[in-house]
Amino acid sequence: MSGANPPADGADRPPLLALDGVRKEFGGSPVLRSLTLDVAEHEVVVLIGASGSGKSTLLRCINLLEPISDGSIRLDGEHITDPRVDPDRVRRRIGMVFQSYNLFPHMTVVDNITLAPRRVHGRPRAEAEEQARELLARVGLSDKASEYPDRLSGGQQQRAAIVRALVNTPRLLLLDEVTSALDPELVGEVLTLVQSLRADGMTMLLATHEMGFARSVADRVCFLDGGRILEQGPPEQVLDAPEHPRTRRFLQRFAEGGRL
Amino acid sequence: MTAPLDDPRRHDSGGGPPVPGPAEEEYRPSPLQREREAYLRRQTVRSVLIAAASTAVVGVALAAAVLGSPGWERVRATFFDPDVALDALPEVAAGLWLNLRLLVFCALGALALGLLVAVLRTLRGPVFFPLRALATGYTYGFRGAPLIIVLYLMTFGVPGLRLEGTPSVLVLGGIALVVTYGAYIAEVFRAGIESVHPGQIAAARSLGLTYRQAMRHVVLPQAVRRVSPPLLNDMVALQKDVGLISLAGPIDAIRAAQIATAETYNFTPYIVAGVLFILMAVPLVAVTDRITVRAARRQSADGAR
Ligand SMILES: Nc1ncnc2c1ncn2[C@@H]1O[C@H](COP(=O)(O)OP(=O)(O)OP(=O)(O)O)[C@@H](O)[C@H]1O
Ligand SMILES: [Mg+2]
Repeated sequence: MSGANPPADGADRPPLLALDGVRKEFGGSPVLRSLTLDVAEHEVVVLIGASGSGKSTLLRCINLLEPISDGSIRLDGEHITDPRVDPDRVRRRIGMVFQSYNLFPHMTVVDNITLAPRRVHGRPRAEAEEQARELLARVGLSDKASEYPDRLSGGQQQRAAIVRALVNTPRLLLLDEVTSALDPELVGEVLTLVQSLRADGMTMLLATHEMGFARSVADRVCFLDGGRILEQGPPEQVLDAPEHPRTRRFLQRFAEGGRL
Repeated sequence: MTAPLDDPRRHDSGGGPPVPGPAEEEYRPSPLQREREAYLRRQTVRSVLIAAASTAVVGVALAAAVLGSPGWERVRATFFDPDVALDALPEVAAGLWLNLRLLVFCALGALALGLLVAVLRTLRGPVFFPLRALATGYTYGFRGAPLIIVLYLMTFGVPGLRLEGTPSVLVLGGIALVVTYGAYIAEVFRAGIESVHPGQIAAARSLGLTYRQAMRHVVLPQAVRRVSPPLLNDMVALQKDVGLISLAGPIDAIRAAQIATAETYNFTPYIVAGVLFILMAVPLVAVTDRITVRAARRQSADGAR
C-alpha cells in the first residue's frame, strides 16, 4: 500500500476533487441538484443509486463531457468548470473508463493505449509502446497487444480500456459501471485490477450496481437519490446500517436477491 | 480474490463449462455428415445445370431475335462496322486519356470537398453557425441541381464574364463535376460520421484529445471504412459523367467519337467509346464489389457478438 495513507498534512490540503452545489439539467429537467462532494487524494469513493439517479451524468460532468448548469467543480484546487479553462488540458489529468469499454475498433490494443501519449503528449512511439506493454503485462494482456478489440473477451476489453485510461497517469480515475457488461466469471478480472490500483494509491470515483464490488473497494460509499447524495459513509455503515429509509429501500432489493 | 461478486443481471449459461474430454482421436466425418455433404453436392450440381440451361435458352432466343430481324444488316453496318471501329480507335482512345485524367482530378477533388463539407456540418456551437449554414446550403443546392446545368453555367457562363485569368473550359468543367459530386459525397461522409457511436468521441475526448484529433484519429477512420462501398459507387457514377465534359467542347472520348461519326455517317465510334468506358470502369467496379463484400462480412461479424 504505497500511497494509501494520506501524508501528515493531508488534513490541510484541499481535496483532490471538490464538487460544490453542482446542478445539471437536461432540457429543463434536473438530473443533479445542488450536489456537493469532496474526494481526497488516494481515496476511493463509490456511487450507488437506482438506475437513472444520475451516476453516469455526474462522472461525465466531472470529465467535462457535459457542461454543468450551476455550481462548481474543482480539481487540485483549480476551478475546472470555469469557461476560461481549456477542457482538453483538464481531461488529460482525469482518466475515464466507460461501461461499454469504448475501445477504438479500428486500432489494435496497443495503438488504442498509445494514441493519447503519442498525439496528446507528443511522446515517441517506441517509448509509448514500451510503457503500454508494461501495463498490459501487469493486467495479464501481454499476448493481446497486437489484437483488435473485437477479438478480446469483455473482461479483456475492459482491462485494456482501464490501461488506456491509466497510461496518461491521471490524477483521478472515473469508472462507470466497469463490470456491468461482464459475465460473472469476468467480473473478477476487472475487480482484481481495480483493487491493485487502489493499493497503488490511485484516487478513484466509481459508479456501480454491484454491492459486493462497492464493499470490497470503497473507502466511502455515496447513495445518490433524486440528484443528491442522500447518505454517505464507510461501506459497512451505508450498506449494512443505512440511516435513510430510501437507502434502506434501495438496498432491500439487493438483500432480497441475496446480493448485499 | 475478493468476496464473491454478484451481478444483478446474472444469466446462467445453462450447460456450465464444457467437460474436457480425452484428446480427440483422428477425426472422421460420421456417415450422417457424409450423406449430408453428398446431398448438398448433388443439389449444387443440379442448380448450376438449371441456371446454365436457362441462360443459354434466353441468350439464343435474344440472339435469334436480333440477328434474324429484318433491319439487322443495316444496324450492324451503322453500329458494328469493324473497319470504322479500327479507324476511330486511336482518336477515341486518345480522348479517353483525357477522361481518365479528368476522372482522377475530379474524384480527388470531390472526395476532399465532400469530406470538408461533411466535417463542417458536424461542428456544433454558435461560433460555427455561418460555416455550418454555408455547408448545409451547399449540399441542399448542389444535390438538387442537374449536373448538365451546372456544367453549362461553368463552361459557358463563367468565360462569358471575361475575367482575367479564367481557367480553361476543361478546368471549369472539372470544377462543375467536383462541386456537384462533392455535395453527394458530403452526405455519404456525413452518414458515416454520424454512424460512429458517440461513445467513441467521448472516449477520445476523455483521453485529452481535442475535437480535431478525435475526428482525425478516431471518428473519420471508422466513418470512411463504413462508407467506402457507397463512395466507390459514386466514383463509378462520376466515371461515366466525366463524359459529359464533351458537351462543353474538350475532345474527350465521346467528343472524338462524335467527330468520327460526323465524318463517316457511321455510329460505330460511339460503340467504341462505350466499350472503352466500360473497360475503364471494370477495375473500379471490381474493387467496389470486393470492398462491399468485405464490409458486409465485417458487419455480420459485429452483429454476431
Ligand atoms: N444526454 C441526455 N439527454 C437527456 N437526458 C439525459 C441525458 N443523459 C442522461 N439523461 C437523463 O439523466 C438521468 C440520469 O441518467 P444517468 O445515465 O446519469 O443515470 P445512472 O444513474 O447512470 O443510471 P444507470 O444506473 O442506469 O446507469 C436519466 O433520467 C436520463 O434519462
Ligand atoms: Mg449509468
